[in-house]
Amino acid sequence: MRRAVLFAAMLAVIGSLARASDLPPDKQRSSYQDMAPATRAMQDADTDNPAMLWVLDGEALWQTKAGNAGRACADCHGDAKQSMRGTAARHPAFDEKLNAPVNLEGRINICRTEQQQTAPLPYESKELLALSAYVALQSRGLPIESRDPRLEPAISAGRAEFMRRQGQLNLGCVHCHDQRFGEKLAGSTIPQGHPNGYPIYRLEWQTLGSLQRRLRNCLTGMRADNYPLGSPELVALETYLMRRARGMTVESPAVRP
Amino acid sequence: MRLSVIPLVTLILSAAPTAMAQDALRPYTIDGDAISTSLTGEDGDPARGREIVANRLVGLCVLCHSGPFPEAPLQGTLAPDLKGAGTRWSIGQLRLRMVDSSRVMPDTIMPAYYRIDHLVRVAPAFRGKPVLTAAQIEDVVAFLATLKE
Ligand code: HEC
Ligand code: HEC
Repeated sequence: MRRAVLFAAMLAVIGSLARASDLPPDKQRSSYQDMAPATRAMQDADTDNPAMLWVLDGEALWQTKAGNAGRACADCHGDAKQSMRGTAARHPAFDEKLNAPVNLEGRINICRTEQQQTAPLPYESKELLALSAYVALQSRGLPIESRDPRLEPAISAGRAEFMRRQGQLNLGCVHCHDQRFGEKLAGSTIPQGHPNGYPIYRLEWQTLGSLQRRLRNCLTGMRADNYPLGSPELVALETYLMRRARGMTVESPAVRP
Repeated sequence: MRLSVIPLVTLILSAAPTAMAQDALRPYTIDGDAISTSLTGEDGDPARGREIVANRLVGLCVLCHSGPFPEAPLQGTLAPDLKGAGTRWSIGQLRLRMVDSSRVMPDTIMPAYYRIDHLVRVAPAFRGKPVLTAAQIEDVVAFLATLKE
């Protein structure tokens, strides 16, 4: 009995030590705050934000009947402004059938295959980016949530991935995004690495891109073996990033340098 | 819109000439906090070393460091300025810091430039290769030694 108590106490200490390097919520800072005024202005005005072109396409796709079922998203979900409010703020979300977290793109594709009975949309395709931008827009201004206890295993896995060194350069996400944000990596200001603006219009890409595309960019920079788009490892990283960013305001679809 | 930011991926990855595929690294001996003898048995060339250091695709140094080589724009702020490195450290100390800085600073973020073990999930293109070749290391060391305060 006493040993069990001691063991529990030890675990608690180890746990709090392990958490010591996590970004504290009161230090959270969106990349938006470090962007040049011109880039901020682009994100602030819908008429200047290039991502809005994808949103318009997404709105049209939302209304378009598709697949063997001949149904549109709108046939099941009605007005996205109501039914999709908050959806992006709580994804990746736990899917009972898959017994795993699914991100927004994965969720859209589950609806495609199961409800519309048609092929899933490839990652980074114009259609999937358009639909995810349209859905994510409905959460703009809302705080990121990360409450479902069933997400904890994925959060732990994502956190372990974030903390460990990997690749030829032997760096971990933690080294740049927890310990050195605000510093310059060559010409780029290192952001905290939050998922609060995705999908983003990235000036460097000259197009819209998903969070997983961004994560793969960082892994490539670390000269690490990459994970495929849609892989459970990247979804776990997303799930951890959402926990780390809980309470931050959704900016989607944001503009980033 | 003028983009002043060079993409991270381009910076680190594109066309990065990696070390020639060598089956094994050349052996070296660590004396204290230094490697006293040249990895190649020859002296490096400081002019070539300067090019490696200033070229963000080859040396990667300026991602993290700044230093007295103005031909490299957009220098990083993650690491000490390299000005005076040749005064602070002997050639042997510089060589060990290039080969494997974790030998002297276990938690450092500076990559080991001449080590291929104890790395995980290395991208296939870089697997089994050090970041720089022995000859490139010697060139960089020779250049760093010229950075006197
Ligand atoms: C060597 C530094 C470094 C490492 C290591 C690194 N990143 Fe990044 N990351 C950056 C920089 C710099 C940017 C800003 C984009 C740019 O300029 O390339 C960025 C951007 C991001 C963003 C986008 C933030 C936004 O507001 O859009 C996310 C998310 C992110 N990183 C997550 C990660 C994860 C997860 C890992 C590990 C798998 C990682 N990063 C590893 C430097 C790094
Ligand atoms: C990812 C970051 C990173 C890269 C890339 C990098 N360094 Fe470093 N370097 C550091 C850090 C950080 C230190 C300081 C030691 C510490 O605190 O870990 C350091 C220390 C040094 C030192 C000793 C400090 C002094 O007094 O000047 C030298 C010399 C040095 N680096 C040279 C180089 C050279 C040359 C290259 C490229 C061929 C390079 N570094 C690439 C991060 C880096």
